[in-house]
Amino acid sequence: MTPAADSPAVVPAGADLPDGDRWAALRRATPARIGLGRSGDALPLRPMLDFQLAHARARDAVHAALDVAAIVSALPPHPVLRVHSAAPDRRTYLRRPDLGRQLDADAAATLREAAPADGQSFDLVFIVADGLSAKAVASHAAPVIQACLRRLDGYRIAPIVMAEQARVALGDPVGEGLGARLSVVLIGERPGLSVADSLGIYLTYAPRPGRRDSERNCISNVHGHGGLTPDQAAGKVAWFVREALRRGLTGVGLKDGIEEALLEGGRAPDLPGI
Amino acid sequence: MAYRCDLGGERYRFPDLKAVLAAASPLRSGDELAGLAASSDAARVAARTILADLPLTTFLNEAVVPYEDDEVTRLIVDSHDAAAFAPVSHLTVGGFRDWLLGHEAGPAALAALAPGLTPEMVAAVSKLMRLQDLIVVARKCRVTTAFRTTIGLSGRLATRLQPNHPSDDPRGVAASVLDGLLYGAGDAVIGINPASDDVETAIALTTMLDEMRRHYEIPTQTCVLTHVTNAMTIIERGAPVDLVFQSVAGTEAANRGFGVDLALLAEATDAARSLGRGTVGDNAMYFETGQGAALSADAHHGVDQQTVEARAYAVARAFRPLLVNTVVGFIGPEYLSDGKQITRAGLEDHFCGKLLGLPMGCDVCYTNHAEADQDDMDGLMLLLGQAGCSFLITVPGSDDVMLNYQSLSFHDLLTLRTVLGVRAAPEFEAWLDRMGMTTPDGRVRSLEARHPALTRLLDHAGHAR
Repeated sequence: MTPAADSPAVVPAGADLPDGDRWAALRRATPARIGLGRSGDALPLRPMLDFQLAHARARDAVHAALDVAAIVSALPPHPVLRVHSAAPDRRTYLRRPDLGRQLDADAAATLREAAPADGQSFDLVFIVADGLSAKAVASHAAPVIQACLRRLDGYRIAPIVMAEQARVALGDPVGEGLGARLSVVLIGERPGLSVADSLGIYLTYAPRPGRRDSERNCISNVHGHGGLTPDQAAGKVAWFVREALRRGLTGVGLKDGIEEALLEGGRAPDLPGI
Repeated sequence: MAYRCDLGGERYRFPDLKAVLAAASPLRSGDELAGLAASSDAARVAARTILADLPLTTFLNEAVVPYEDDEVTRLIVDSHDAAAFAPVSHLTVGGFRDWLLGHEAGPAALAALAPGLTPEMVAAVSKLMRLQDLIVVARKCRVTTAFRTTIGLSGRLATRLQPNHPSDDPRGVAASVLDGLLYGAGDAVIGINPASDDVETAIALTTMLDEMRRHYEIPTQTCVLTHVTNAMTIIERGAPVDLVFQSVAGTEAANRGFGVDLALLAEATDAARSLGRGTVGDNAMYFETGQGAALSADAHHGVDQQTVEARAYAVARAFRPLLVNTVVGFIGPEYLSDGKQITRAGLEDHFCGKLLGLPMGCDVCYTNHAEADQDDMDGLMLLLGQAGCSFLITVPGSDDVMLNYQSLSFHDLLTLRTVLGVRAAPEFEAWLDRMGMTTPDGRVRSLEARHPALTRLLDHAGHAR
């Protein structure tokens, strides 16, 4: 519930406002496309074109390619690997989510070569995945990773993995292949008409193929239209990283554990709003 | 039992009944994803040829999901009405297609037949039909249900007004409700998908919608689409619940994925009906379904997605719902990849639901990663209108700002009323008239700013708590 519900009524009772003003007031209460007017029965031209532009932007975001070089250039100096899922192209990716969760034939060797030679494991790996919006990744992945790295001093962090045609669960074979204790997948969320560049972040302890969604924690809605800022998102990621590695789990169990700890007056450092 | 067919010098083999059904289905990405689609276009026709010659009784003797493993199969088998089935019991699937298309098979015969049909029978016959066949037969089915409005009367098309809001702000919801009412939408239900699954939020929204409905004496029903267990809690807490909602699917395992089983649905139905809030009828349940739900829960038992979807209608009909709709393009391109597949699926679902005796509607919709746009939706809504669809979902400007997908707009409803001559539910139509919102020839007025109807509604929306 928003506190705005108790603020002065958006439309003064009985006020003799012109139509446009009345709708403008109501529009402040919702992002929905209300009060659009009519051309006969149909949508007037202007809102029709507005809608088409929003849809076009969402589709462009879905079909855009991941610009790996641009993201890498925005990251702090850190080794980078590139992998590709078993979905060869966008068309296949959209129709075969199973292929987007598996690595292609070359990836295993790439990951094996990057695994630590000293037999120690990495604490965590960041995986930048295009998902359903390469635009989201292009806009927000590098700032989020930078902000995370600032908060995660002292952890053994694997090379940053850039994954193309990737679903969330591609982080499982990547994390396993690198021998990482925790995977952090930054992925483009399905674009809507109002936000086409929203980033989601999924954390999975002991990643390996077959992990269920209930074994992950998710931070969603990282975007610049009223969503989480990179700093806010990184604060949550860092908290989850510390707690997941300390408790040895992610998912429903970790979330419930956190809630219990809070109820018992336990510590919950820099974790706004979970 | 294996099936085979020789066509044009080629032999086609299918290991069992569900393989025949799957291969006979028009191509769709979900069956490809499941590895169930026909291996070629010719194999698809071969499967249809086999299907055409199968006696309808095959489906009574051979379950596509084992009876012992699945309570939905048990429901289908145990509730089959042999007497109702008698008029078509001698037919093959192909013969049944011709029987359905025949002019002798009128509304009364089809209504009497419904309890004798199983989902697998109607799915099978749909696979032998083109879009126009699905439309012609569905149009003859008359399924009438009622709560405060009557749904499904001849020449009528109702709408669900879907006023979703990303943070469930009651004032934002009220603004969208108002917008829809001004286009004459909302006679099937004013139904909101809450962003939160929290009971307190659902109670606040239920109460707000009910106050709005009573304030304007709108003859319709409201619904907050939350899980049945939440709805039962909300009823216990004394909130004014009209319809109880649940998503359902075609296998026991898929329903378990939704957190329900038949016993729980029966309990929820009793709870809803016990309130006795309907004025012209007591159908108090609202179900949504959609092709791909069972596969996405890995609970499809190797059955093609259209046949499993039809089995969801057997679940729905056991609880005498007011409304059932397929959310046809919502699930994404891995199940229905483009406008062509969405259109076909929408008409199949409507046909199967109607033939099984359900008050079938549709959410004509798509997501941004499917190959579809508003032109595809225009096509499907007009086809469904022709098919006698009971109700359609409408949202402000086609844009659902909470669920992030596109459905029909309130404007689309007006277009359907003009093009097809379909009218609102009679109780609701009379209300629109009383409110001064219709012209003498039955159109919904484009209201001037100072029109009393507009002023009253706007002021109330401004004050919604």
